[in-house]
Amino acid sequence: MVLFRGKYQGSSFTEMLDVEFPHLRIENRLAALGVNAAAAATAGGALSIPHGTTVLALKCEGGVVVAGDRLATEGYRVASRDLQKVYATDAHSLIAIAGAAGPCIEMAKLLRVELEHYEKIEGEPLELEGKANKLAQMIRANLPAAMQGLVVVPIFAGYDPRRRVGRLWKYDVAGGRYEETEYESTGSGSLYARESLKKSWRPGATRDEALRMAVQALMDAADEDRGTGGVDVQRGIYPTLSVCTVDGIEEIPHTTTAEIHRGIVESRRGNG
Amino acid sequence: MSLPFYVSPEQLMQDKAEYARKGIARGKSIVVVEYDGGILLLAENPSTSLSKIGEIYDRIAFAGVGKFSEFDQLRKVGVRYADVKGYSYSREDVRAKALANAYSQAIGEVFTREMKPLEVEIVVAEVGDPKLAGHESNAIYRVQFDGSITDHQGYCVIGGTVENLQTYLQANYRQSLPLGEAVRLGTAALERAANGDAKIGPGTLEVCVLDRKRGGRKFRRLPAEELRGMLAP
Repeated sequence: MVLFRGKYQGSSFTEMLDVEFPHLRIENRLAALGVNAAAAATAGGALSIPHGTTVLALKCEGGVVVAGDRLATEGYRVASRDLQKVYATDAHSLIAIAGAAGPCIEMAKLLRVELEHYEKIEGEPLELEGKANKLAQMIRANLPAAMQGLVVVPIFAGYDPRRRVGRLWKYDVAGGRYEETEYESTGSGSLYARESLKKSWRPGATRDEALRMAVQALMDAADEDRGTGGVDVQRGIYPTLSVCTVDGIEEIPHTTTAEIHRGIVESRRGNG
Repeated sequence: MSLPFYVSPEQLMQDKAEYARKGIARGKSIVVVEYDGGILLLAENPSTSLSKIGEIYDRIAFAGVGKFSEFDQLRKVGVRYADVKGYSYSREDVRAKALANAYSQAIGEVFTREMKPLEVEIVVAEVGDPKLAGHESNAIYRVQFDGSITDHQGYCVIGGTVENLQTYLQANYRQSLPLGEAVRLGTAALERAANGDAKIGPGTLEVCVLDRKRGGRKFRRLPAEELRGMLAP
């Protein structure tokens, strides 16, 4: 390990990798590959990379709910039926990923290490806004890869202990960061999920209400968008649901999701 | 032209060792004790912001005595080492043994090559995880200013007047202590170092645990309120 004579003395993990271990950074590798990666991505390659589809986040009383479907597609084919798209990045923040599955999962993993690394080096965690900003920089650094089809467009959400509210951000491929005050969805079915949330969401919704809104929105998205996986009752695959409040992150068990799903199906029976 | 003094290698090493030892003995001790739920790290530290104990990784903690700037630098290097290893392999691949060895190499190299040795003594502790085969047992490593490394079972003391504390712990330590008792034992040992008359309260203690029951990151700092409850007679 060269670390004992390392040049980098700061508290960012990604910056340290850039200085000390550039070979571990996918961005650098892609930049080195240059034209070849672009060719691989377009020559039928863009279709052969698994893509994660619909994820969403919405505010609720005292926190935020983050949810995602489980489907990954390769063009018109199913790449995976049970992909996880919502990841806890630390005790009070989550990332929900959409885009090229590989780079997305990698970025979620890297963000987790980045936040934890900063906290350990500095002795205290970053502010929620600082975490959101760090993610924006990582997406910006991914721009060359995004231009080649490896797009990463996540949602970042968490509980802000200083303002005592849940907060959420959406991003664009160029690293643009936009805080949303109510709800947001990204991925192929996001248009339908947003339409659904537009009708169901209201300020001050309780945790349980927000969970129902989230499942409902994912069902609506799956209904209209072939790229979004709905609820797979036969295999027992349900959307991922997480709630983040002052007490930390709570992953909703599938039995609860199944119940919420049944309730929605029941209430919609006979409707179009 | 003046002739340079000849200093024998033995003398040189002895001088360096004495210099380092003096620096370390000036500071206060740190006690590491295994308890029934993990590993307890206890330091007398009046400062609330300059920590002597820190988290390295999921199951690994660090404690250092001596010169703050030097052991804090070692702590940061340890965090970098662990995070890079965990990122490029898997989280379970980050082990205290490898880290303690890396520390031993680095500190030993400074001792032999540089004019001024590091005035530090450190502990690397790793709590076992009963759910992971082959990772079940605790490990405590002590690395000294010259890079010499030892592993310890039950308890370990660094800094200050090590012998006093060791004798006390040897007489009073037993296996599978509950956390509260382990904290009282550690505090009593630290009071022994302060010649028995000084009472150490929750305000001047830095106490951290590697709690086996926690998921993921097992390191936790005990807040003063919790300590007050444990130290109340």
